Amino acid sequence: MNKTDKIISKRIVLHFPNRLVDQPIVCKLVKDYDLQFNILKAYVTPQEEGLMVLELTGKEENFNQGIEYLQSCGVKIQPLSQDVIRNETKCTDCGVCVPICPTGALVVDPLTRKVHFYDNKCIACELCVKICPTRAMEVHF
Amino acid sequence: MKTIREINQKIKKGEVVVVTAEEIIDLVDKKGTKKVAQEVDVVTTGTFGPMCSSGIYFNIGHSKPRIKLGGGSCKLNDVPAYCGFAAVDIYLGATAIPADDPRNKVFPGEFKYGGGHVIQEIVSGRDIRLEATAYGTDCYPRKKLETYINIKDLNEAVLFNIRNCYQNYNVAVNLSDKIIYTYMGALKSKLGNANYCSAGQLSPLLKDPYYKTIGIGTKIFLGGGIGYVAWQGTQHSPTVKRKDNGVPQAPAGTLAVIGDLKQMKSEWLVGTSMLGYGVTLTIGIGVPIPILDEETVKFAAIRDEEIYTQIVDYSQAYPQMIPGSLGEVNYAQLKSGKVTVQGKEIPTGNLSSYSKAREIAEELKSWIKKGDFLLSEPVASLPTAESGYTFKPLNERPIG
Repeated sequence: MNKTDKIISKRIVLHFPNRLVDQPIVCKLVKDYDLQFNILKAYVTPQEEGLMVLELTGKEENFNQGIEYLQSCGVKIQPLSQDVIRNETKCTDCGVCVPICPTGALVVDPLTRKVHFYDNKCIACELCVKICPTRAMEVHF
Repeated sequence: MKTIREINQKIKKGEVVVVTAEEIIDLVDKKGTKKVAQEVDVVTTGTFGPMCSSGIYFNIGHSKPRIKLGGGSCKLNDVPAYCGFAAVDIYLGATAIPADDPRNKVFPGEFKYGGGHVIQEIVSGRDIRLEATAYGTDCYPRKKLETYINIKDLNEAVLFNIRNCYQNYNVAVNLSDKIIYTYMGALKSKLGNANYCSAGQLSPLLKDPYYKTIGIGTKIFLGGGIGYVAWQGTQHSPTVKRKDNGVPQAPAGTLAVIGDLKQMKSEWLVGTSMLGYGVTLTIGIGVPIPILDEETVKFAAIRDEEIYTQIVDYSQAYPQMIPGSLGEVNYAQLKSGKVTVQGKEIPTGNLSSYSKAREIAEELKSWIKKGDFLLSEPVASLPTAESGYTFKPLNERPIG
């Protein structure tokens, strides 16, 4: 198999500057670059940037070109795992976040009873951020 | 049969045998209660959860000229504290919040900062802003005081919690069709999750269900320092239904505890924010149980599977004071991560950190083994299961 035929899938955070918010950009990823996307989260606030969390899937070559296209439009891109992080000094391993997490990114270890945070499973919905009693889950942009 | 005095002799000689409330379970499985009663001297318990009826009092020393805060008002980092005492004594409660906190005006409120957080900052040695007003008297003329205070300069700083260490607690669920925000955490609609709050087989009063060894005067691990059981806690309810093993099937006994704040650590007194509910303080407590006879071993070896509690709907039943339970589950089921309620399998979450409870039991064990911590004889008993002592609802009598 040709290296460029490899299918890859990544979760990414897109930051749209104010001037791009009203333009059709993401749909071009499908049309011009043959990529599939699943919107995990999106919001636009007045006078501020738009934010979109996507799971983007396609051939590696197309994927990279699609990312280049987004960047050329002025969209800032970061990997999703940087979005929600756990402040280890604040977390008490209580586990009240576990049933709230929709993707199973927060799991109690049956032996140690400590809470693991699998940031590769995190879709940055931020439900845990506000309900954490010690505010140990933090949003970082 | 052993006495606390004999156990203390062993601690002083470095011959004491201490195990945690988890370790004794396996030990009894292997050796039986009789042998363990001979071999083990102390079982250490632990719990680390939010406990709202907590607070600190302290004396700031007299200013020059003098001020009498009693009858006036005072704030610590904008959080209101109680000063209805003499001149310079202050009590700060864990749930107090600043006057300008938006509370639940934008629902659910975040409750980012309050008494619990101030307490944690005081313990960690940070400077705290004190602003106070008074009406002024001939002997205490000053009417206003604004100063930084620091725990190292306070005369006394004491953690005094009027209700901690609940012996068992409800499992909270939500039967309604919208999410609710409670002191038991966020509860998703239509039985979306079940939240509980106990260390189960590590929790102090669950391992001495009839308060045979834990009483007024019992020396404990409190917030990383040393404290004592001061009294039964408020809402102490020893007469609730119990299983054959003596373990209450619903929230039962409680403890009022006291200890020197200056010895404590911010790691074990953590300011806590419950979304849509308010501010509280998460506290680490560990109680040693002296193994006096086979019966104390039997109780101390009670395991999660044998500790049952009630599932309560917090959308209607709890707020409206409607008695009743949606069923009974044990802590082994809760800890498995899923329980079945009304035929639906739902995920569980604990508000009380089991791993921290384990750390506390280990820490207390090491203190006792090193000879740093002697056990105390209780000076009086807590009201017992046979006492007739009950937790009554309010008898509301309209005025006028």
